[in-house]
Amino acid sequence: MKDAVASAQLPAKEAGQQAYLKIAGVVKKFGDHTAVDHVDLEIHQHEIFALLGSSGCGKSTLLRMLAGMETPTAGKILLDGQDITRLAPYNRPINMMFQSYALFPHMSVEQNIAFGLKQDGLPKDEISARVSEMLELVQMKKYATRKPYQLSGGQQQRVALARSLAKRPKLLLLDEPLGALDKKLRQQTQLELVNTLEKVGVTCIMVTHDQEEAMTMATRIGIMSEGQLLQVGTPSQIYDYPNCRFTAEFIGETNLFGGAVAVDEADRVEIDAPELGGRISIGHGITGPKGMEVWASVRPEDIRVDIRPVEPGPNRARGKVREIAYLGSYSVYHVQLGSGKVVKAMVPANRWYEAGETEPTWDDEVWISWRDDMPVVLTA
Amino acid sequence: MHNGKLSPFLKGALVVGFLFLYVPILSLIVYSFNASKLVTVWGGFSLRWYASLFENEQILSAVWLSVRIALAAAAAAVVLGTIAGLVLARFKRFPGSTLFAGMITAPMVMPEVITGLSMLLLFISLQQLIGVPTERGFFTIWVGHTTLCMAYVAVVVRSRLVEMDKNLEDAAMDLGAKPLKIFFVITLPLIAPAIASGFLLSVTLSLDDLVTTAFLSGPGSTTLPQVIFSKVRLGLNPEINALATITVLVVGSFVVLANYFMLNAQRKRDRAIAEAMRADAPKLPDVPLESLGRPGRA
Amino acid sequence: MSLLRKLSPGRGSVIAVPYLWLTLFFLVPFLIVLKISFAEQDIAIPPFTALTEYADGYLNVKLNLSNFLYIFTDEFYFDTYLSSLKVALFTTIGCLLLGYPIAYAIARTDPARRNVLLMLVMLPFWTSFLLRVYAWMGILNETGLINSFLMSTGLIDEPLHLFHTDFSLYIVMLYAYLPFMILPLYSNLVKLDLRLLEAAADLGARPMKAFFTITLPLSKNGIIAGSMLVFIPAVGEFVIPELVGSSETLMIGKVLWNEFFDNNNWPMASAVAAVMALILIVPTALFHRFETRELEGKNHA
Repeated sequence: MKDAVASAQLPAKEAGQQAYLKIAGVVKKFGDHTAVDHVDLEIHQHEIFALLGSSGCGKSTLLRMLAGMETPTAGKILLDGQDITRLAPYNRPINMMFQSYALFPHMSVEQNIAFGLKQDGLPKDEISARVSEMLELVQMKKYATRKPYQLSGGQQQRVALARSLAKRPKLLLLDEPLGALDKKLRQQTQLELVNTLEKVGVTCIMVTHDQEEAMTMATRIGIMSEGQLLQVGTPSQIYDYPNCRFTAEFIGETNLFGGAVAVDEADRVEIDAPELGGRISIGHGITGPKGMEVWASVRPEDIRVDIRPVEPGPNRARGKVREIAYLGSYSVYHVQLGSGKVVKAMVPANRWYEAGETEPTWDDEVWISWRDDMPVVLTA
Repeated sequence: MHNGKLSPFLKGALVVGFLFLYVPILSLIVYSFNASKLVTVWGGFSLRWYASLFENEQILSAVWLSVRIALAAAAAAVVLGTIAGLVLARFKRFPGSTLFAGMITAPMVMPEVITGLSMLLLFISLQQLIGVPTERGFFTIWVGHTTLCMAYVAVVVRSRLVEMDKNLEDAAMDLGAKPLKIFFVITLPLIAPAIASGFLLSVTLSLDDLVTTAFLSGPGSTTLPQVIFSKVRLGLNPEINALATITVLVVGSFVVLANYFMLNAQRKRDRAIAEAMRADAPKLPDVPLESLGRPGRA
Repeated sequence: MSLLRKLSPGRGSVIAVPYLWLTLFFLVPFLIVLKISFAEQDIAIPPFTALTEYADGYLNVKLNLSNFLYIFTDEFYFDTYLSSLKVALFTTIGCLLLGYPIAYAIARTDPARRNVLLMLVMLPFWTSFLLRVYAWMGILNETGLINSFLMSTGLIDEPLHLFHTDFSLYIVMLYAYLPFMILPLYSNLVKLDLRLLEAAADLGARPMKAFFTITLPLSKNGIIAGSMLVFIPAVGEFVIPELVGSSETLMIGKVLWNEFFDNNNWPMASAVAAVMALILIVPTALFHRFETRELEGKNHA
């Protein structure tokens, strides 16, 4: 399931291709505050890339620099070989779908879509051809003469998409593309949006704070925190092989155990984890000196819970059930270990029935354990 | 407990407040139809004061001057005030921005005797220095009213701009429009209602201004408030009642109509929004996210 | 079209247009007032002496401080300033006491009726100020509405002396300035999150208590903005004391007017204006600050 060769999961189109968009050493400072801190990033053509982070992490500032609304304090932005760092927004072959859409309220759907084309001074018949092509693309033909306030949230989103695609930009920016929609509609629209984007084949960068959105829509994700780009990878790389504690905790849930490296061999690492009250054994090597401070990340769904004692060894501990959250097809057990550390474990609903056991309840003694190919070692 | 139902105290406050605001105006109207020359002693119904009002050359020419000044001042105030409002709302910090913001607010509250006097002294000094303006009259009053009114326009326009989604301007720029074009194609149409109400406010303020005008007017340029003031200073005057009634009726019906149309448009809009929202009812069955192949789950 | 050309070079010229206008027609005039307040009355055109004289290679600057000395030593001026401030203060308090419940009531009615009520508050404001003051002359005088009503009911035998008294001054001041108090208060109160009051009630506060501990403190910006909007112009009010006030009630706006138009003493009028402007700088700054804060509050909502 989790094979250690991460690079095998890279999309084929990434291999050996030149970067289409290159962000090199970009810094943005507002007074003393560094909003974006030396970001390097390469994006390939036809990719849908998501910048993921909580609010204030600098992702929106980075997006605004790509759009040209902000100028980097340092660094360069190259698009298709052209340096666009200081190009005015209205001269960039880049368009953006704004947060909450920013549809011009005094213009009809058609006029909104035609706006960008008019700025380019295209001939009238070409504009109307392109507008109807766009309306077709987002299935809004029926609504061409309506004003934005006469549209539902989902329809507004489609018009905004059509407007930003009408100029056939080299790069499309999406700022919290579905943030204004309610949860149910969002899930349906995510797929619709990806389909449209893939049909057009436009290169996309989206900014979102919603990890489900990023995971569902993007081919690759960049995790941002405090102005820095912490990790870039495919959704599964990011989830399975986080490179730092922030990513591990930000994407999904995890249990982190701090400890010192006790054994480091080519195919095995052992970590003294005082919080676990024992050792964590991991079935692959790391490069680091003995005694180095590291963290092991173990996902709740990778932890097994038993009501009978397990054989002594690494990757296991005894604890007491403190909390049980029933979530339908599975339950999350909060197990408190001897050290006081609370570990979350996800247990499938049918686990106890299939084993012919009675399920543990509050204050019952249980044993937790995991296989040595489950944990990920983090050094930062 | 909140909406719709008011406590007796609040209801009472509303009744007293509106009686206080409207009884004087109503009495003004009633007495305008009084046949007696003694305004407050009823002498039967008559329209004679309306007739004599329309024969009063002095009042008619003052009305004409006041209207011309008001339109010219409101036009200038709208241009200057809109730019000032734009500067206040969009250019956060620039050298002297505090002074600028202060100069916008101050004319609205400053007692008019001060602004009137100071502006008059400016014109006198200018006349000594460069020879213009040669006399006080239309031009000097126009400058005074424009300065006063532009402050109000700036405040109205600024608050509209602050409410406006700034992303709209960014979106226009992103789609290839340059700043000046954005102002005329996006910003201006969206703040048009604020500019319109700023214009009306300016006309009203200018038509109504007495004190500043008194300092800035010269012989031969007597505005309507000046005529009214000189007449009512001497006591009650039935012609003024007739004039007041006409003013109240014209302004009143205009405001009521404008309000009616605005409310109607708002109601229509609200209905359209409610209707549009219904389109978002999910068409597909709600697919659980897990089945969409969220990666990483074992 | 010249406007278009002026805008295009960028921010600088956009700012410059209104900035220059206000500097030339609002700020510079103040400085001139200040300058002339140091001059002496003279029989000339314009009727005051020059401050500087150049003779024999000397630049003589002659500052006449007597106008200010006069203002600060003569009881008449001192009393006038004091009485203006008093009238303005009482007017402000009166407007607040009457205006707050009205603004509160409007803010709490349902939106449909709210618009109508708001329009009714605005309507007098759109009609002529002068005519509204005039209306009171017909109500307050010997044969006016109040007296004829009271006489007809037999409550009084002789007309009350209401006109040209402090009573008439205050009632018309209150009347003229009330909308200026109601509007900022309303726009503040209508933004109040009603859930706060529900939370207060939920935590055991009675409506009165909730009003004084929640609503009133939260409407502070509106109260200050409205109060300043009434107080500052009221200090310099000329028309109302002139038309309905008592001849004994001293108001600084009236004094300035008389110095200028009747005595033709421009330097004295300027000194009176300069001192008044000085007194009003602090309230004006206060108004500016709270008005801006109100607006920014809207921004975050």
